Amino acid sequence: MSAVTSTTQSITLTIDDKAISCRSGETILQVARENNIDIPTLCYLEGLTVWGGCRLCMVEIAASPKLHAACATECTEGMTVRTTSPRLKQYRKMIVEMLFAERNHVCSVCVSNGHCELQNMATKLEIDHVRFPYRFPHLAVDNSHDYMRLDHNRCILCLRCVRVCGEIEGAHTKDVKGRGVLSAIIHDLDEPWGDSQTCTGCGKCVNVCPTGALTHRGTAVGEMTKKTEFLPYLTLMREVKL
Amino acid sequence: MKPEELMTMMEKARADTFEHELRVCTESGCMSLQSDVLQKALSDEVKRRGISDKVCVKGVGCMGLCCNGPLVKADKAMYQFVKPEHAPAIVEALATQPIKELLCDTQQPFFTRQKLVVREHFGIVDPENLMDCIAHGAYQALLKTVTTMTPPQVIQEISDSGLRGRGGAGFPTGLKWATVSKAGGTTKYVICNGDEGDPGAFMDRSVMEGDPHRVLEGMAIAAYAVGAENGVIYVRAEYPLAVKRLTKAINLARRHELIGHNIFGTKFSFNVELRLGAGAFVCGEETALIASVEGKRGVPRPRPPYPANYGLFGYPTLINNVETYANIAPIINKGAAWFAQIGTEKSKGTKIFALTGKIKNTGLIEVPMGIALRDIIYDIAGGIPDGKAFKAVQTGGPSGGCIPADLLDITVDYESLAKAGSIMGSGGMIVMDETSNMADVARFFMEFCMTESCGKCIPCRVGTYEMHELLDRICEKRGTPEDLQLLKDLCDMVKQTSLCGLGQSAPNPVLSTLRYFEQEYQNLIAEAQAARGQTTHADTSEHIELEVLP
Repeated sequence: MSAVTSTTQSITLTIDDKAISCRSGETILQVARENNIDIPTLCYLEGLTVWGGCRLCMVEIAASPKLHAACATECTEGMTVRTTSPRLKQYRKMIVEMLFAERNHVCSVCVSNGHCELQNMATKLEIDHVRFPYRFPHLAVDNSHDYMRLDHNRCILCLRCVRVCGEIEGAHTKDVKGRGVLSAIIHDLDEPWGDSQTCTGCGKCVNVCPTGALTHRGTAVGEMTKKTEFLPYLTLMREVKL
Repeated sequence: MKPEELMTMMEKARADTFEHELRVCTESGCMSLQSDVLQKALSDEVKRRGISDKVCVKGVGCMGLCCNGPLVKADKAMYQFVKPEHAPAIVEALATQPIKELLCDTQQPFFTRQKLVVREHFGIVDPENLMDCIAHGAYQALLKTVTTMTPPQVIQEISDSGLRGRGGAGFPTGLKWATVSKAGGTTKYVICNGDEGDPGAFMDRSVMEGDPHRVLEGMAIAAYAVGAENGVIYVRAEYPLAVKRLTKAINLARRHELIGHNIFGTKFSFNVELRLGAGAFVCGEETALIASVEGKRGVPRPRPPYPANYGLFGYPTLINNVETYANIAPIINKGAAWFAQIGTEKSKGTKIFALTGKIKNTGLIEVPMGIALRDIIYDIAGGIPDGKAFKAVQTGGPSGGCIPADLLDITVDYESLAKAGSIMGSGGMIVMDETSNMADVARFFMEFCMTESCGKCIPCRVGTYEMHELLDRICEKRGTPEDLQLLKDLCDMVKQTSLCGLGQSAPNPVLSTLRYFEQEYQNLIAEAQAARGQTTHADTSEHIELEVLP
């Protein structure tokens, strides 16, 4: 019998002074979560391609002058990671503050009030006020679909909906138009959602949406709870493996 | 094409000489001043006189002094501000003395202090004429490479030359090539980044318009060195003339089998295609560029994996800037040692700069690395017009920073500029005089970054908007000291947490103007506070009458 050879190797590293072992190819975020070390994220969702857009998971790695996104950085042997520091805390706080200033997030009238990842993140990061000038953009609500609704005012452009639509459902109804602060989620070639020929109406986008941007119609303030039971199975639902 | 054929072609083209040559600049700058009409007027005049066999009229690449265009070189004399109606006189003067009123002094420092490596054939060869380019040595370096050198030798030569990427960051080119050559797999790509988008920068455009064959040759040599067979030139669609010239150059080179299958009878094959950018500045960032070529939305992705390992369509990819590729042929022809003796210890060779702003001579220059900034501004560019005082020069566009008057003696190389809080960048130099307000300059660049942010990551998308908003408040005299503090905090955060180079460098203009000209920000805020104090006072003195309705 020959020895079993494998391409994956085990690696040991240190996260927040805790010695941890993992397999090569795993990201810092995966390993940290497996070991109950919390790194905040908004755009990451296990099973979808790594996006690296929210920048909340930035961590410090010893001997590297730059910060690294934990969701997109693979662990290497002997790495020393620090997931929290006064500086990181400050940056994370500023990022979430900026999200509140970017669009019209009014929790008191939001259907997702109390079940919102953005709101929970703000609480977790102890945000009590926003220092930045508010943009107060005039944004539309797409209420054209029979039982789902897109409210651009509450969108944080994490693109989980775009990714779940393209990668899991395979419809690729959703995408992005414009750039910078003018970016927005669109359906097909920027048509009303209800007119979309490609939308299968599966509703995955609604359930992966972290805020009240994508909701079921007919929900009142605080009533929109998302069905998250299927989220652990996203990886299994993929046709193209990551 | 066989190696002998290239030599025969070169000899034949060299034998085809004329008694007189009239060279008209036909790059975008002079073209906008009707140099194409002028060229036609000159050829018509030559035809009318029946001296077509003696006088050759041709369109050539940029001669540098764009502010005095259109420029015409008539044998040894250079004419400036030439209009189509001057054509008869110019043709007339070929046989006699040059026209004094139109003469441009070629002995002025603007011309004498330059060192031409990349631009050595600018103003001499016709970029649309392959024979003319071959007569001046085009594709000789490629011939030498594929017939006498092994790929490791080529990489060694480029490493020895000390050439660094001309796109801005200055990554050692030889090291980049070595990385791609060592990446596994048989399919590899070579990409030329011609998505030059900095305000006030037009070096790459000029190189692509003035000597496209040199870019192609550099790419082919790079492909040979790293083991790639496919190349993509990514040019922004806003450069129609560059696109036209490159298309023509690719077609001509393909027709003469200078690119394509089994180049010079060897096993080496190389194909190039042209891709046009759709107007996004961020597509100059390598991963966004790759996404754009793949037909996806042009947004960057986190690195690693770097394109050297996982690039276009997932294959190892080499991405270099236009000017970097244009440097390759001279290095191969004249040797790494020759190239390495130009410039400073860590920055070798020459750099093209686009001079714009408040200076006498605006245009394109190529200078050796290590030249003092003062020499560029006062000697080559001729100083500040209208008796105004110099204030600052912005290098590196929206990703760079400004350099104030008391640092003018620093040398122009990657390290010195970085130390001064700016970057070499792709080569834009915008000179500002005392009338410019530096907070306003920072606002201008921030507006550019804000509109060009792709919107993928939050720090860049919202951060640039917020920084612009705060700068707007300060410039419009509505700012407070808290705004300035918030601006500083934002600069730090956006720089540290943004996903790609655009966001990471977007705060640079603010940081560098704050470093050298914070007083101007303070003054604006003080003015705002003074004005606010007055209005508050005025407000309280006025009574508001309220009417109570029943």
